[in-house]
Amino acid sequence: MEAKKGALGFKQNTPLERFFNGLVVENPTLVLMIGMCPTLAVTSSAINGLGMGLATTFVLALSNAVIAALRKTIPNTVRIPSFIVVIASFVTLVQLLMQAYLPALNAALGVYIPLIVVNCIIFGRAEAYASKNGIVPAFFDGIGMGIGFTCAITCIGLVREFIGGGTAFDVQILGEGTVVPGAVGSFLSTYQPISIFIQQAGAFFVLAFLITIMNKVKMNLAAKGKDTSKFGEGCCSSAEEAAADKIMADKAKEKEASE
Amino acid sequence: MGQTIINLVGMMITASLVNNVVLSQFLGLCPFLGVSKKTDTALGMGAACIFVITMASLVCSIIYKFILNPLDLSYLQTIVFILVIAMLVQFVEMILKKFVVSLYQALGVYLPLITTNCAVLGVALNNVTDGYGILESTVVGFATAVGFTIAIVILAGLREKMEYNDIPAPFKGMPMVLLTSGLMAIAFTGFSALK
Repeated sequence: MEAKKGALGFKQNTPLERFFNGLVVENPTLVLMIGMCPTLAVTSSAINGLGMGLATTFVLALSNAVIAALRKTIPNTVRIPSFIVVIASFVTLVQLLMQAYLPALNAALGVYIPLIVVNCIIFGRAEAYASKNGIVPAFFDGIGMGIGFTCAITCIGLVREFIGGGTAFDVQILGEGTVVPGAVGSFLSTYQPISIFIQQAGAFFVLAFLITIMNKVKMNLAAKGKDTSKFGEGCCSSAEEAAADKIMADKAKEKEASE
Repeated sequence: MGQTIINLVGMMITASLVNNVVLSQFLGLCPFLGVSKKTDTALGMGAACIFVITMASLVCSIIYKFILNPLDLSYLQTIVFILVIAMLVQFVEMILKKFVVSLYQALGVYLPLITTNCAVLGVALNNVTDGYGILESTVVGFATAVGFTIAIVILAGLREKMEYNDIPAPFKGMPMVLLTSGLMAIAFTGFSALK
C-alpha cells in the first residue's frame, strides 16, 4: 500500500495532502521550476513578492475549482481555450479588486498582474491536476501550489531587498537610518547596500544561485538513491528546449536526405 | 511629419534597447532560455517573434480602439487579447502554410511555441497602458520584438562558445545561462543613457 500514499505520508487527494504537496513536495518555484517570469520580475521587494504570490494563489485556487467542476462538460478538443477563458476571467477579477482596494501594490506590479494568465503554473495545474480530479482536492491543490509559490518568491524578494537596499518588508535594518538602536545600530548603519541586487541583473543572479543550490540538493539525493524525477530542469522552458532540439534534428535529417 | 518620424525612431530605440523586453522587463523568458542553444534556432525564433508580435500589436490596438474603448469594455482587455493572440497565431500559421510556403518553412515550427510567450500579451497590454495609437503600437511592437531577437541571438552566441567550458557540476545548464543573462542585463543598462 506504500505506493498509494501521497505526499509526506498523508492519504492521497485529501485537502491536507494536497496543501503540503504544493508547499513542499512539488513546490512550483523551487522543485518544479515553472512560472519563472514573475519570479524574476516582481521580486525586487518582499512585499511585491507577497502581493504577486497571493494574487496568483487566488486565481489558481478558484480556476482549479471551476475547471474541476467543468471537467466532464468541457470537450477534450476545446479544453485549452476553455481553460484560458476561465483563468483570464479570474485574473480580470483580481485586477479589478486590486485597482479598487490596493492601488499602490497594483501600480508596483503593473502589467504582471494581467500576465498571471500566461503563468505556466496555473495552466500546468489545470491540465495536470484539476482536469482529472474532484472540486475539493483541486481547490486545495491550487491553495497549496499558490502558497508554495508565495513563500518562494517572498523569500527571494526578501533576499534581494535585504542585500540590495538593507530593508526587510520596507523596514530599514542595514545601512543608514536603521531602526536598530544603540551600538549594534551604529555598526549596522555602516552597511553599503549592493544596489545591483534590486536591479534587473540581481534577479538573474539570485535565481541562478537558487537553482545551483537545488541542483546540489538533487545530486545529493540522487547519490543516496532517492527518486529525483520530480525536479524540473529549470524554467518552463524544458518543453521548448525539447521542441528546439527536435527542430535541429529534423534539419539535420533533411540535410542528410538532400545530400 | 518630420517630428512624428523622429518621435517614432526614439520610441523604437527605447523599446528595443533601453527597455529591452527580456533583460529589463522579464517578458518572454521561457523562449529566451529554452530556444537559445544554437544561433540558427535563436534567429528563427526571433524572426517568428517579430512577425507575430508586430501583427498582434496591430490587431490588439485596432480592437481596443474600435471595439473595447467605444463600448466601455476596456476591463475585458485581458480576456480578449489572450484569445485574439491565440487565434492569430493559429490563423497566421494556416495562411502561411497555404500561401507563403517559403516563409512557413522558415518560421512554421516556431509559431506554436509563441502562443505561450508572455511578451506578446505583455506588449499588447503595455501599449494600452501607455495610451499609444495604432501606428505607435505597431512600431513599438516591432521594435520590442527586434530587441528580443537581439538579446536571444547574443545569448545563443555566448552559449555556443561556453559549451566546451569546464563548469562546476551544480552550475551546469540553467544557472550558467542565468548568470550570463545577468551580465547581459548589466551591459544593457548602459543603453539607458540613450533615453
